[in-house]
Amino acid sequence: MSSTDTKQGTSIPDRLRSPFTRAITSWEFLLLCVAILIFFLNVQASPYFLDPWNLSDATFNFTEKAMIAFAMALVIISGEIDLSVASIIALVSTCMGFLVQLGVDTPALVAAAILVGAACGAFNGVLVAGLGLPSIVVTIGTLSLFRGIAYIVLGDKAYSGYPESFAFFGQGYVWWVITFEMVLFAVVALLFYVLLHRTSFGRSTIAIGNNPTAALFAGIRVARVKFFLFVLTGIMSAVAAVCLTSRLGSTRPSIAAGWELEIVTMVVLGGVNILGGAGTIPGVVIAAIVMGMVTFGLGLLNVPGIVMSIFIGLLLIGVIALPIIIRRARQRVGS
Amino acid sequence: MSSFKFSRDVLLAFALVALVALVYTRFPEFASVKSLSGVFNDTSILIILALGQMAVILTRCIDLSMASNLALVGMCTAMLNAAIPALPIPLLVVIAMLLGALLGCINGLLVWKLDIPPIVVTLGTLTIFRGIIFLISDGQWVNAHEMSPAFKALPRAHFLGLPVLSWFAIVSILGMFVLLTRTAQGRALYAVGGHPNAAVYTGINVGRTRFNAFVLSGALSGVAGYLWVSRYAVAYVDIAAGFELDVVAACVIGGISIAGGIGSVAGAVLGALFLGVIKNALPVVNISPFWQQAISGSAIIIAVIFNARSERRVGRIILKKAEQV
Repeated sequence: MSSTDTKQGTSIPDRLRSPFTRAITSWEFLLLCVAILIFFLNVQASPYFLDPWNLSDATFNFTEKAMIAFAMALVIISGEIDLSVASIIALVSTCMGFLVQLGVDTPALVAAAILVGAACGAFNGVLVAGLGLPSIVVTIGTLSLFRGIAYIVLGDKAYSGYPESFAFFGQGYVWWVITFEMVLFAVVALLFYVLLHRTSFGRSTIAIGNNPTAALFAGIRVARVKFFLFVLTGIMSAVAAVCLTSRLGSTRPSIAAGWELEIVTMVVLGGVNILGGAGTIPGVVIAAIVMGMVTFGLGLLNVPGIVMSIFIGLLLIGVIALPIIIRRARQRVGS
Repeated sequence: MSSFKFSRDVLLAFALVALVALVYTRFPEFASVKSLSGVFNDTSILIILALGQMAVILTRCIDLSMASNLALVGMCTAMLNAAIPALPIPLLVVIAMLLGALLGCINGLLVWKLDIPPIVVTLGTLTIFRGIIFLISDGQWVNAHEMSPAFKALPRAHFLGLPVLSWFAIVSILGMFVLLTRTAQGRALYAVGGHPNAAVYTGINVGRTRFNAFVLSGALSGVAGYLWVSRYAVAYVDIAAGFELDVVAACVIGGISIAGGIGSVAGAVLGALFLGVIKNALPVVNISPFWQQAISGSAIIIAVIFNARSERRVGRIILKKAEQV
């Protein structure tokens, strides 16, 4: 937000606002309030909401998407976008299904998945970072290409017959209602928090998003960082593909269709600037939980999925429009 | 600049001819006038949408809500027709256009007045419009027998040897050509995308121009909505789902720069036809239609690599001229 303020020529204040004021006016705090509000609305609306097993099931709505959203957040912060993530899931899942038919066991399946995901990400990375092509067009292309390959291999058929040990990733419980996916989600969130907020790589990512030329002059290897971010997104898509395939127990080429838009929504809702240069991992975590709760709560009220998408769409536009409207109103009062 | 753009469009046209020739070697009937005009007719809706998308992309924006707009307007016209069969069809087409323009208006206002990035706005309206279809239709289909015969007959009716559907595309092509090359508004679209700051200094209202582009793409989506529903004689929630990416793909293949300011009507039309020929040729040469998605994906990637090359070359040529002076 501060960058847009300076762009409009607001004078620099004499001293910073106190950490407390900054915290309660931050995006994450606003989002947290929304999350709590939705939580209580859900509790009011349905008696089944507070059941621990129901809540545990509800996490499947967002854990897989959120794992990709963390990597996507970094890509968007660096000023690029990756719309091919859902298609990478389809391709990875198809590869795993293919290997299962050859009798490959779980550890090799997961390894192959990560490899294929990384390769897909590297393909995007070479085109975007290596050749300097616009990422939105490149990834629309690879969106068609990756899922297209899945369609060529599978057609209207489906792969199933995954080994029993493979089911743990998407269906396993670590302790009581805590699923394996929840644990993985938490670990991944922590890793990405450290990567973005505690390492020089994270600082480089933010710097590139703010001004790629300045970042280059500051000695940051812009192309290399971007390439790595796309590979990372590919790997996270593969991880999500393992979880999703394990949960569904089968692979169709239409798996995870339309997820790319939901994941971008999640990231933007989390306060990441779609134009790059700003964003936090805690914001994305809360946004993921908000979206998961909205979907689950409305589901308990028998609201069809397509109507929920109206809420998600309104949420996306609303949370971005509101701060702008408020800022404008404040400026009008100020002048 | 103009000679360069000309050559790229010609190159794309050659690629298209080569593609048709390739199919011809396997299946000569494909290259007949009747078959090719059939392909054009089949691609008409994509052409109309690509022209609207082009206007938006020229201004450095993107409209991902086109397919949802199409589906929503299509459902509205179908329900209107089912409820009041006496309503004249030309009036219904006008209503479809206005309704689409209204939806485009929403996108345009959010981009113009609130400065929200277009990709976020249209990502949001993409899901909202699609959800509204479910709300108004209650998830029900509007089937062929509920539509009046005149409603279904219009796109199939023949005029001067071509179906009316094709004529809609031809009129849109001519209209866009006049708009982009013969009017101030058309120049403004290029100026806004080419260099927004410079456009402001020449007295162009950048936000307003973008708004106009969104209204135009909305209006074209609306018309396409009627055409889609009447042609396939069915309306339901998921019609044209994911078609927005095909439309963007047609523009990219047609050499319209996603960074704005570069593109021609011929490019958009050829890009759409390229996808149309692939779609229609695959079954003819006995390749499974499941190959289509991967092939158009590869076509997008090749096109964008090629576009970037030629856009870079422009810069070099200008520099050389400057050096010579």
